[in-house]
Amino acid sequence: MTLSAAFTSAEVSAVANAAAGSDVAFDNVSVAYRGAVVLKRLSLEIGAGEIVAMIGPSGSGKTTALRAVAGFVRPTTGRIRIGGTDVTDLAPYERGLAMVVQNYALFPHMRVSENVAFGLNARGAPRELIAQRVEESLRVVGMPQYARRFPRELSGGQQQRVAIARALAVRPRVLLLDEPLSALDAQIRRSMVEEIAKLHADLPELTILYVTHDQSEALTLADRIAILRDGELSAIGRTGELYRHPPNRFSAEFLGRANLLPAVVEGEAQQSGFVVVRAGEARLVAAGRDHPPGARRLLCVRPQNVTLGGDAEHTNRIVAALREIHWQGELTHLVLDVDGAPVRVVATRLPHPPSRGDRVELFFSPADASLIEDDAVV
Amino acid sequence: MSEAIALLPRPARHSLAGWWIAPPLLVLAALFLYPLILIARAALVDDAGLLNLPAAVEALASRAFLNALLNTAEIALASTIGCMTLGLALALVFAFAPFPGARFVAQVIDTFIALPTFLVTLAFTFLYGSAGALNGALTQGLGLDHPPVDFLYTAWGVILAEVTVYTPFVLRPLMAAFSLVDRHQLEVASLLGARPLRIVRHIILPAALPAIVAGGSLCLLLTVNEFGIVLFIGAKGVITLPLLVYDKAIQEADYQAACAIAIVNVALSLTLFGLYRFAARRLGA
Repeated sequence: MTLSAAFTSAEVSAVANAAAGSDVAFDNVSVAYRGAVVLKRLSLEIGAGEIVAMIGPSGSGKTTALRAVAGFVRPTTGRIRIGGTDVTDLAPYERGLAMVVQNYALFPHMRVSENVAFGLNARGAPRELIAQRVEESLRVVGMPQYARRFPRELSGGQQQRVAIARALAVRPRVLLLDEPLSALDAQIRRSMVEEIAKLHADLPELTILYVTHDQSEALTLADRIAILRDGELSAIGRTGELYRHPPNRFSAEFLGRANLLPAVVEGEAQQSGFVVVRAGEARLVAAGRDHPPGARRLLCVRPQNVTLGGDAEHTNRIVAALREIHWQGELTHLVLDVDGAPVRVVATRLPHPPSRGDRVELFFSPADASLIEDDAVV
Repeated sequence: MSEAIALLPRPARHSLAGWWIAPPLLVLAALFLYPLILIARAALVDDAGLLNLPAAVEALASRAFLNALLNTAEIALASTIGCMTLGLALALVFAFAPFPGARFVAQVIDTFIALPTFLVTLAFTFLYGSAGALNGALTQGLGLDHPPVDFLYTAWGVILAEVTVYTPFVLRPLMAAFSLVDRHQLEVASLLGARPLRIVRHIILPAALPAIVAGGSLCLLLTVNEFGIVLFIGAKGVITLPLLVYDKAIQEADYQAACAIAIVNVALSLTLFGLYRFAARRLGA
């Protein structure tokens, strides 16, 4: 039985009604360990019922930000508010949160039902309520038949479901997910991502802060994504918008594959919010604002937005030489050369694939192209 | 075909591989079993070498033996409870709420394992004895005629010395067990609303149960057989089984009684060891 199969049950609505989430606000939060600042003046607001994914490479400060919300690290500066209340000085057990971590952290000597009941017992809930919540929560994650098992008798995916049920049972104000799927194999991870998305669709009031290094999990689940780099917020935005129009090179490259072509701004395009640029020999139109003429920028376009045939929509045209072509079943990956810069194309259907060395015309829509700052670290 | 092959009888093998166990068994028998047999034999025969069961029974039914058995059990239990309480508290602080220098303090406590037991007892005499530092300060400071602290020469003195000596034997396995407790479990529990005491009771102690049983059992075994501390303190009326064996053998030259009591002491130790092994196996230690 899967999470999604269990979602139709009446118990889900009971969970949804009771699990009203709170908003979270980072107000100029910095965290330092032994003098080394690992989170620098983070200001960010997460709305009630919103899923915000924090992503970034190791050491970017994303886990530290989550641990600051949990109360496991104390900010050196700034305040953290949950539901409008300043929780910076509160102990973790006073914050009304729950967390799911990578290694599940189930209590090995307790049965599944005891694990799920743990938080309710700790909060002094009456016995009848505990029994009801345990049953509801296990039903939500599709694990009611495993209530008497010990964690060691479950698979990794099942243990993670129990961990989610344990977190949901206390009706947390905010659910903190710290790389919750990293320990699972790829296939189960994909399935669990979809199930968590479905869980949130059925529990829309639940506020979730999701920390991951996996951009595909963030893209699938998050309403908004915050990208951290070296302890600083590099970019934040609505998931689709941030993916299509990243504000800088780091965000473009961290959030999926991106083709980045050096370009020089020529001026505003006729359509508002677009600029005309020159990239090598080609004159192209891309989304962008406030770029002065003559400025050197990068033109960002995702591989799947580049086609080998033009039409009324795909009006930008560049000529490239094909270096490599790899057929991978559903997709064909092409690597081309545009004036020395590599350009990747992912095609779903390619009836007449070109050969290596061929000169190929590439097309993309101005709406799929963004002009961004080059913030590469030298 | 494969079934037919599988059903074929194995060819007889004449190997000496199993005989490797003989030399260590012989050494064990010579060093441990033979002396034990001699003691058991001496417990049953008198000085003339004749079987004398009534003498052995008389020794074991004597008031002195029963008092020693009771003293041994009381002191061992009290010392073990003291060691467990102190060791648990120290291990929890060192592992989960370390203060600056905690590691150094833990190492200093650990070195007590290397010290001879009489050294601690000697130090206690200097500290809490009639003419010790504490009594000296109190008699001088308060203008008293007699030293007010006199617990050292009672069972409490023995218990305090044993707690001091044997707490590291509990502390060490507990520290090892606590270092293996998944910190994520503690964090998740805390966020779910559990306060520190609940986390200790419901998460940490169950995780460390095998170490608690192992440390406690070891402590009980060592305190049951403790001889040096009891002898050195010389507390009035505090005679334990090992001390009674010493008294019977050395002071009274009653070897049959000494051996009979020694056999009970050994049986008690082996029973405790068996219980420890049983508990450890059940708990997966």
